[in-house]
Amino acid sequence: MLKGRHLIDPSDFTREEFRELFDLAHQVVKNPEKFKRSCEGKILATLFYEPSTRTRFSFEAAMLRLGGSIIGFSEPNSSSVAKGESIADTIRTIECYADIAVMRHPKEGAPRVATQWLDTMPLINAGDGGHQHPTQTLTDILTVELLKGDVENRVYGFCGDLKFGRTVHSFIKFLSKYKGVKLILISPEELRVPEYIREEIIKKNNIPCIEADKMEPYMGEMDFLYMTRVQRERFFNEEDYIRLKDRFILDEEKMKFAGPETYILHPLPRVNEISIEVDKDPRAQYFQQAKNGMYVRMALILKLLGIH
Amino acid sequence: MLQITSIEKGIVIDHIPAGFGMKLFHYLKLDKADYTVALIINAFSKKMKRKDIIKINNVIDLDVNFLGLINPDITINIIEGESIARKVKLTAPEKVVNVIQCKNPRCVTSIEAYAEHVFHLVDPEKRSYRCDYCDDIVVPHAI
Repeated sequence: MLKGRHLIDPSDFTREEFRELFDLAHQVVKNPEKFKRSCEGKILATLFYEPSTRTRFSFEAAMLRLGGSIIGFSEPNSSSVAKGESIADTIRTIECYADIAVMRHPKEGAPRVATQWLDTMPLINAGDGGHQHPTQTLTDILTVELLKGDVENRVYGFCGDLKFGRTVHSFIKFLSKYKGVKLILISPEELRVPEYIREEIIKKNNIPCIEADKMEPYMGEMDFLYMTRVQRERFFNEEDYIRLKDRFILDEEKMKFAGPETYILHPLPRVNEISIEVDKDPRAQYFQQAKNGMYVRMALILKLLGIH
Repeated sequence: MLQITSIEKGIVIDHIPAGFGMKLFHYLKLDKADYTVALIINAFSKKMKRKDIIKINNVIDLDVNFLGLINPDITINIIEGESIARKVKLTAPEKVVNVIQCKNPRCVTSIEAYAEHVFHLVDPEKRSYRCDYCDDIVVPHAI
C-alpha cells in the first residue's frame, strides 16, 4: 500500500511495491486518457530550490493530465526561502495547502529532513544535490521495461560523472534489488561512485561490477549505456570542472562499438557528452525516456494519493 | 616512576588512545570537577604501547554511547574499596544523534538548523558511520 508514503530514496519501496507502481505506469502509457479526471480537486505543490526543466514540467504535466492542479515555486527567490525560512517551516506551511508535494533541493538529504515535519502529505524527492533522484530512476526503469521487457539479467553501463550523478546512484540502488544485473562503471578516477554506493550497495549485494576509464571495449556487451553530464554546479573548483567535462563524448564513431540492441539513455540535460548526430540512431532513447517520465510520475501521484 | 595513588570509590577509564585523554577529559567536564581527578597521558601499555588513563574519585554518570563511539576498546572500571568491582564493556552504538557532525558541505545539516545530526553504524570493525541524510561515511575517531 503506497497511499500516504514518501519516495525519497529507492530503498523506501519494496520490489513488490515498485512492481505495483510500474504495472500502473504501463496502464497509463497505454491509455493516458482513462486517467484524465483521476485527480480532480487535488493539488500538487512543486518546491524547486534548484533549476529544473524535465522533472518539474513532467510532474506538473502529470498532475494536469490527471485533472489536478499545481502550486509552487521554480526558484527559491520567489518564496519565503529568500527570507531565510527553514525547510521545516516551508514544508509545514505547504502541507496546509497541498495534497502531495515534490521537492528538489541542492542540499543532500533536504527532502528526508522535510518528511520529519509532515503529518499526512506524501513528499517526493525530485533530486537532492548529488545524492539521489528516485523518480528519474522510475523513468529509467519504465524505459528499460518498454524496450527490453524486464530489468533482470542485463548489463548496464554508466558513463560520466558517477560521483555527483544522483540519477546513477538511485538507478544502481534500484538495480541492487534484481538478479543477474552486471554493472560497468566508466568515469575518470575523480568522478567514480561514492563509497556508500560501492561498499553498501554494490559489494554488499555481490553485484558483478567493472570500473573502467574507456567505454569502447565494453559497449558491445551492454544492454544499456547510461550517459551522464559532468555537472558544473556540483564543483567547488571551476578548473576541475573544465578538466573533466569533456572526458567522455559519445559520437557516431563510438556508436559502432555498441551492440545492435545497446540502447543509449541519458537523464538530460546533456551538454557535450552525446553528439547531436547520435540522436537519429534508433538506439538513442533519451527523448522517449523523458516522455516516459511523465507517465510514470502520473502513476506515482495516483499511488501516493491512494487513487489507484 | 610517577605514582598516582589508588582511588577508594569511583571510575577508571583505561585504554584511551594516546593523545585523546585530554579531549575526553574536557568532554566529560572533568576540568570543572570539585572531586579528585587524575589524567595520565602516554602511560606505558603492552597492548597499545602508549595510552591515556583517567581516574575519577567519584561515581558519575558516563555517556557510554559516546565512549563506545570514540573507541569501543576503551575500558571502564568501576572501583569500590580500592579494587575493581566491575568492568563496563563498550560497544559501538548502532545510532548516534547530535554527537558527531556531518562533514559533507553538501549535506542538508550544513544549513538546516532544525535537523538533528543522525548517524547509523555501517561497519563495526572499521567503526564507520553513515549520515542518515546524505549517506556520507565517516569514522568518528578520525574527526
